[in-house]
Amino acid sequence: MLNLAMVSPLIFALFVPFLYKYVRSIHTGWFVLPLPVLLFLYFIQHLPLNPYGQTLPWIPSLGMDFQVYMDGLGLLFSLLITGIGSLVVLYSIYYLPKEKEKLGHFYVYLLLFMGAMLGVVLSDNAMALYLFWELTSFSSFLLIGYWNERERSRYGAQKSMLITVLGGLSLLGGFLLLSVMSGGSYSIRDWMAMADAWPQHPLFVPAMLLILLGAFTKSAQFPFYIWLPDAMEAPTPVSAYLHSATMVKAGIYLVARFTPIFAVSSLWVWLVMGIGMATLCWASFHAARQTDLKGLLAYSTVSQLGLIMSLLGAGALAFHGDPGDRRLYMAAVVAAVFHLINHATFKGSLFMAAGIVDHETGTRDIRRLGGLLSVMPITFTVAVIGSLSMAGVPPFNGFLSKEMFFAAMVQVANAQWLSLDVWGILFPVLAWVGSVFTFLYSLLFVGKTFLGAPKPSEWPKQPHEAPVGMLVAPVVLAVLVIGFGLFPNVLSNTVIAPAVDAVVNGVFRQEGLSVHISHWHGWTIEVWMTIGVIVLGVWLYRTFDSWKRVYGVFSRRLSLNHLYDTVVRQMEERSYSLTSRYMTGYVRTYFLYILSAMIALLIATIALKVDGRLSLSHLAEVGIHELMLALVALIGTATTVAAKSRLVAIIALGSVGYTVSLFFVLFRAPDLALTQLVIETISVALFLLCFYHLPKLSRHEKGVRFRLGNALISLGVGALVSAIALLAYSEKNFASIAQYHIENAYEKAAGKNIVNVILVDFRGFDTLFEICVLAIAALGIYALVKLKAPKGESGKYE
Amino acid sequence: MTVMFYIALALLSLAIGCFVYRVVKGPTVADRVIALDAIGICLAGIVAVLSILLETSVFLEIILLIGILAFLGTAAFAKFLQKGVVIERDGNR
Repeated sequence: MLNLAMVSPLIFALFVPFLYKYVRSIHTGWFVLPLPVLLFLYFIQHLPLNPYGQTLPWIPSLGMDFQVYMDGLGLLFSLLITGIGSLVVLYSIYYLPKEKEKLGHFYVYLLLFMGAMLGVVLSDNAMALYLFWELTSFSSFLLIGYWNERERSRYGAQKSMLITVLGGLSLLGGFLLLSVMSGGSYSIRDWMAMADAWPQHPLFVPAMLLILLGAFTKSAQFPFYIWLPDAMEAPTPVSAYLHSATMVKAGIYLVARFTPIFAVSSLWVWLVMGIGMATLCWASFHAARQTDLKGLLAYSTVSQLGLIMSLLGAGALAFHGDPGDRRLYMAAVVAAVFHLINHATFKGSLFMAAGIVDHETGTRDIRRLGGLLSVMPITFTVAVIGSLSMAGVPPFNGFLSKEMFFAAMVQVANAQWLSLDVWGILFPVLAWVGSVFTFLYSLLFVGKTFLGAPKPSEWPKQPHEAPVGMLVAPVVLAVLVIGFGLFPNVLSNTVIAPAVDAVVNGVFRQEGLSVHISHWHGWTIEVWMTIGVIVLGVWLYRTFDSWKRVYGVFSRRLSLNHLYDTVVRQMEERSYSLTSRYMTGYVRTYFLYILSAMIALLIATIALKVDGRLSLSHLAEVGIHELMLALVALIGTATTVAAKSRLVAIIALGSVGYTVSLFFVLFRAPDLALTQLVIETISVALFLLCFYHLPKLSRHEKGVRFRLGNALISLGVGALVSAIALLAYSEKNFASIAQYHIENAYEKAAGKNIVNVILVDFRGFDTLFEICVLAIAALGIYALVKLKAPKGESGKYE
Repeated sequence: MTVMFYIALALLSLAIGCFVYRVVKGPTVADRVIALDAIGICLAGIVAVLSILLETSVFLEIILLIGILAFLGTAAFAKFLQKGVVIERDGNR
């Protein structure tokens, strides 16, 4: 049942095009909507949770199965995916007009994504996880490029594809390394069970780095966040769903999932916490400079993901400290999980609010917006609730998780080990600075859009409040924001505790910890930090116009986007120039490569492998006839090479051929001699034919130009082949099998001509296919001569 | 007796050498063609002497073949030099 639930969106996606095509009168989204709702209800009835798994064999011989495992973490993500998925589908029904949009495509992509995402979070088999992981990248690519007639959409889709697939491939590498370490298992639960002995393993750190690269690219961490702002070209429901609530959290999921395996390493803690913190500060700082509503939200998503990531890093410390500390660090995991839920709710609602503003006014540029408060009161309310929650103001849920975040970071600063010392203080300070900017851009989001004086002249459309249907989803999310803010303990024991338990791999339950989130802890340092954030944030907002020139310091050329564009362009240009440099188009050059490679490889092989014993013991005596003939062949060859005219070269070549047939006579091969004579005659005639038909222009009879390189390579090849022949001949290890043919040619095959018996009897198969070769050659020549494309129809016979 | 055959072989080779000189040097194509024809016949002679020396009769076919080929080749060449083609097409073309 769980397996079926996981892939049901993929199956349903098959039927969407038919619904779209044959039921045109109803918006396709209405058919899609029941599925995520049903899935949400299905997942919610798993509460309270007993972890369980199911296995559907796929490629059992390789240990790959659709192994599904539902624990707290998987359930939390499944609820997010299906819950917000339902709301997004509902929102999209009103957002995308039935008449203008390719709804069939949209919902197929969206369902693909939903199924893939469920697969990622529910798979226990690493290969299945990777499969679904790439499917999320792929469907996200399709969704970002949904308006594929726009250049920016294609650019954004390509960029996100390149970056997330880079991470996906490194993830695959990490999984394979883990599978090697575990002796061939692909089950993540197996890995967790075995992981105790791994920190000393040489592959431990590479596997960790590869998996982290996968997680960081997917979750848009520094410096891989650059794809996310460009992914804002997608339709707003997509941005709300993929790029705030679900896909970007796949990396978070991965880090959380692999925490029990890697957290014992301090490198893991530092990387996750450090990169998360860097992302938080960098992105929140840059979010405030954005003038595009969705751009602002994109940077804010990046920074919030950094926040969650750094909390997971702090939570990984629970695997290090003594039991007293462990309790405190586990609070960081609780905060991470809680903020994960909070972020999904308020960011979803904010994106939808931004989408409504865009939809109703026709622009998302905050320089052109303002004073929408009176026009769109409901959207304004939703945006205020979401923004204040994002800023961390009581009584909304963001406040609670931000307090817990501060608490965790203060706790990290107090850590007495991992050579932290003075630098530990950096974490709460950076967290606080990041939060100040978070507060600032949250205020900017509301203030620049809804407050101030209206600018009707700037608006492309005359705005009015959105239709009710479009407002339902953001209002539901906003209600959740308030609800979770006022009654956080609704979640704590049902959803958060099992999820935390999954992240810290059962330690949580053993320690008997409980999650109780309360608004008021007394006058702790976190409260003062929050007050500081609010005071400084308001001051920065007030004076924003006077100091925003600071952003000019970070010019475009220094940005990571510029770096990415340069790298991509340079890679294209460099590889193009490299290719055009060595692929000259001259056959001569390629022969040069082939032959010099041959020389180099053979010389290396001889130097390294052959213990050059040159034994001359079984060489035959040289007679005068052979010498004379060799001399003739030599003269013929030399004439061919040095000939001034082509005709001389052809005749000299013929003489070489006839000399060869004489060699055959001398070495007692009558059949060969016969054939050689006839063939040589025919080929000389053919050469003459070619010679005669050479075009007039290039008919200048010129000698072969001397090139030193060519001469050296020719000499090298000749010398090398001679050396190999001598070496091979001097180490004759086996007797020939010819004796068998000599003895049995008449006895078994009724022939006295051994050569012919071998050709048609002992090894007739070769002859058959030589005949085929001749037939093909004849047909080919006939075709080449006869099938000439008439003028103007050059493509006809190609 | 064998010595005589060797002498014959040497003389034939000498002759071929001279013809080869003519092939290489020959001022006109016709010189070269005739030299080639003669080389062919000398080859036939060499094969004959060789088969006596090797005491075998399997090479007699080769002698005949060389004769035919030398004739065919020379005739073709001659026609080529004279008319520019070896095989003429039907008269109506």
